[in-house]
Amino acid sequence: MNPAPPLAPTAPNAAPAAGACATCDVYRAARLRKLGVNVDRWDHVVALAGNPNTGKSTVFNALTGLRQHTGNWPGKTVTRAEGGFQYDGRRYKLVDLPGTYSLLSTSTDEQIARDFLLFGQPDVTVIVADATRLERNLNLTLQVLEITPRAVLCVNLVDEARRLGWRVDDRQLARDLGVPVVLTAARHGEGLSDLLRAIADVATGRVACRPRRLMADPPALQPALQDLIARLEAAFPGLPNARWVALRLLAGDEAITEAVRRGELGQLRDPGVLSPAGAPATATP
Amino acid sequence: MNATPNPSAESLLEAARRWRERIPGDLHEHVVEAIYAEAERIAGRALSRPDRAARTTWEQRLDRIVTSRVWGFPIMAALFTLMFWLTISGANVPSQLLASLLVDQAHPWLREVTTALGWPAWLRGVLVDGAYLGTAWVVSVMLPPMAIFFPLFTLLEDFGYLPRVAFNLDALFKKAGAHGKQAMSLMMGFGCNAAGVVATRIIDSPRERLLAILTNNFSLCNGRWPTQILLATLFLGALAPPHLEGVVAALAVAGVAGLGVAFALGTSWLLSRTVLRGEVSTFSLELPPYRPPRIGQTLYTSLLDRTLIVLGRAVTFALPAGAVIWLCANVRVGEASVAEHVIRFLDPVGFWLGLNGVILLAYIIAIPANEIVIPTILMLTVTVTGMTELGAGTGVMFELEDVRSLKELLARGGWTTLTAVNLMLFSLLHNPCSTTLYTIYKETGSARWTALAALLPLALGALVCAGVAAVWRAVAGG
Repeated sequence: MNPAPPLAPTAPNAAPAAGACATCDVYRAARLRKLGVNVDRWDHVVALAGNPNTGKSTVFNALTGLRQHTGNWPGKTVTRAEGGFQYDGRRYKLVDLPGTYSLLSTSTDEQIARDFLLFGQPDVTVIVADATRLERNLNLTLQVLEITPRAVLCVNLVDEARRLGWRVDDRQLARDLGVPVVLTAARHGEGLSDLLRAIADVATGRVACRPRRLMADPPALQPALQDLIARLEAAFPGLPNARWVALRLLAGDEAITEAVRRGELGQLRDPGVLSPAGAPATATP
Repeated sequence: MNATPNPSAESLLEAARRWRERIPGDLHEHVVEAIYAEAERIAGRALSRPDRAARTTWEQRLDRIVTSRVWGFPIMAALFTLMFWLTISGANVPSQLLASLLVDQAHPWLREVTTALGWPAWLRGVLVDGAYLGTAWVVSVMLPPMAIFFPLFTLLEDFGYLPRVAFNLDALFKKAGAHGKQAMSLMMGFGCNAAGVVATRIIDSPRERLLAILTNNFSLCNGRWPTQILLATLFLGALAPPHLEGVVAALAVAGVAGLGVAFALGTSWLLSRTVLRGEVSTFSLELPPYRPPRIGQTLYTSLLDRTLIVLGRAVTFALPAGAVIWLCANVRVGEASVAEHVIRFLDPVGFWLGLNGVILLAYIIAIPANEIVIPTILMLTVTVTGMTELGAGTGVMFELEDVRSLKELLARGGWTTLTAVNLMLFSLLHNPCSTTLYTIYKETGSARWTALAALLPLALGALVCAGVAAVWRAVAGG
């Protein structure tokens, strides 16, 4: 499995107690103010994405003080839930997305997640992953990193991994992925202060993400991509992720094709229409 | 969203189509393969775990038992029956306590106070004898079973058992031509059908999603559990020797719930062979790890969120319904009250269904919410049987001394075991509540499917009730 961990394994809750108050859980947690649903204005938008049943809603509740129903089954959250928190003087709007195994499929819940990441342009995307199913969860993580560079990987359920005797090397992960990685056990509040700091670091730009882009696009694809990206940028000025959209078009993704045809790429980009995904009536027969 | 076709978008798509034809192989597959390979590599480097063979945990052994072909269904039935039994035997005492407090003591006191304040009789009638008493009734009948049932159900959900139930049911749904995930939305429906309908979003295929939406109503919802539990306790439990009462009643409720699942399967089968024909899609269902339920948290959230929300909804509907019932019973047209006219008109239909006019009128009044059907039936029964010694006047929900006097009252209203059985069936098989219908309309965006969702179960209910009544009468000679 992992013959030679290149680094000394880190403690589960990786804050080194360097004596400074600033790294102490109590101090940092005190800078958190849970705002519940009161998020009429905010400095940053944070999206919570991840595979089903990894504890996204538990993280959401812990940060916002809300009591979104959590349940131990995949597919519990099928709509977006929104809440807020204030940390270190800044106000964050937190959006809990439906769990999804991939961003490449067509069911309504997965489209809600994908549309928000693509067009809602969250300042930070927190990918909540299940430590005991890391490999499968990384599939989604890599797809999210294709869309947005500003991400934090939250490896949740480390308590369950520990119970199995497994150890997750967060620093190795962070190096491989190019984004901050935090180990948490949200059910018990473990690691949440680290998560908050990582979110704040990415949101404020203190930490620059250099995510791994896995597809060094094959040379055969270059002319096609360049042409389509140019056309996309002409048709939808200011569109982020033009490269990703172009790739999806080349792969024949029908939902994206439809969105381009209806001009929804442009509309979803407008921050004023941040929440059309709550009403999926258009996606049903 | 407007959908004006964008000329530059069309030429863009055309360009994409042309490029796509020139690219060798399937790009989508290449992308997916690249992602999987990369994920495997990264995970392998970051994860250190001891010998994998050591992972024949108790969880796997447990899964082998609860999802086994032999034991899966018996364990499901036993667990749910146990849950109902705990609810039924636990709810009795607090129900009586609440009733004596809210109905026996607070109600006469309110009447005295309002009389002393010089309220006119009609105002006192509508507000105190109608709205207040209706609400008090709903609270005392519904709160205790909910306060026990919901935490139990949530514990089971937290523990991770529900996906196993869905796993067991999956094969059956596939045979019925439906999506296996329909079992999950059905499980959600056991809480609330509106939530269950929203939960069908996890199903990709529109055809299979419609099947799941149309049949979700067959899983008993929060509003109908108390009705089932109460009727089973009063009429079916009472048929058994005293020490078995609770168990028999619990088995009856579990039976009705199981019947609901059977109807969901049967209807899916029928629909998928008529109006909703198509392929069955495959999918993978992940069995989440068992997690020790957080008891404190579960109690807190299920009491606050589920119990109070459902109760709040019931009270919201009970307030006006209570007033309407009082008016129905007290506004007279000719010789009799409005209620009596309607009941007499509905009685023949009711007889044919093995029910009676009172029950049908109660269903009409209680269309907004299933929660208040039983209180409405009781109040209307008092009206027609004219049992004033039990109630404090026409249209007043009677004072309840203990749950047994309910049965006596209903028996005097002409109720038999058949009536109770058929009411349980009808409560399972009738149109969804207004909230669920509205949700179905929002999710499907189609008035036609919404109408089908309302009429299909109603027709089935009428058919089943009439059938049971006919057979029952032929056999029992009643």
